[in-house]
Amino acid sequence: MNVTELAEITGGTVLSGRESVGNSISTGYCCDLLSHVMADAPQNCAWMTVLTHTNIIAVAELAGISCIVIPEGIAVPPATLEKADSEQIPVISTVLGSYEISWRLHEALQED
Amino acid sequence: MAESNKMHLETVIAKDDFASAGEASSKVKKTLTMLGVAPAQIKRISVAMYEAEINAFIHGGGGMAYTDVYPDRVEILIEDHGKGIEDIELAMQEGYSTASEEVRMMGFGAGMGLPNMKNNSDNLTIDSRPGEGTKVRMCFNIGN
Repeated sequence: MNVTELAEITGGTVLSGRESVGNSISTGYCCDLLSHVMADAPQNCAWMTVLTHTNIIAVAELAGISCIVIPEGIAVPPATLEKADSEQIPVISTVLGSYEISWRLHEALQED
Repeated sequence: MAESNKMHLETVIAKDDFASAGEASSKVKKTLTMLGVAPAQIKRISVAMYEAEINAFIHGGGGMAYTDVYPDRVEILIEDHGKGIEDIELAMQEGYSTASEEVRMMGFGAGMGLPNMKNNSDNLTIDSRPGEGTKVRMCFNIGN
């Protein structure tokens, strides 16, 4: 499973970090508290969060996260996408909620 | 290897520049990766340093990060001249936070910062005086 495939199965769009869409995804992680993400997000996960400020990119980069998934069609500020591009962190936007995204990711990983 | 074989990095932790918060840690991570430090070691150094950097940014009004890489260890000093910590023992407790509501809404202030630093470093010392600022020193053994 890679970022392009995750965007496809969630009906999402890759908004940034397009050169890294081949990043491998081995699991998912849902959390909106950054210290928990730093401590507990598994390497190479798809991180689902409703946070959209620029610092999520630093967290993703430092924690070794494969991509960020912004659920529920929440708008992502341009400054965040610019930073994501410079750090080559893919950000996916989808109208689905985190539960549905997780479910689809899990199903797809089972088939991988 | 001789102690002189270290690499020294100094990074400014900018005040009020939210977009760049975490950049000092990011720079250190990239340097350690370039030096061939094991990924598991880089991960724990990144986690601990990010927390210290964010604290210096949120509570300390910015500061400096000094990183020294030795063959067997990485030493990091994060220094700010902000409001300091009144009760370090209390601040070390998981879940304790003095972060503002505004900052919490952004996903900070989980009260995990100092515990994350302690859990991911091999040695942590905090020197702080209210009104004078905070110095966080961390040492990470990286083998070799």
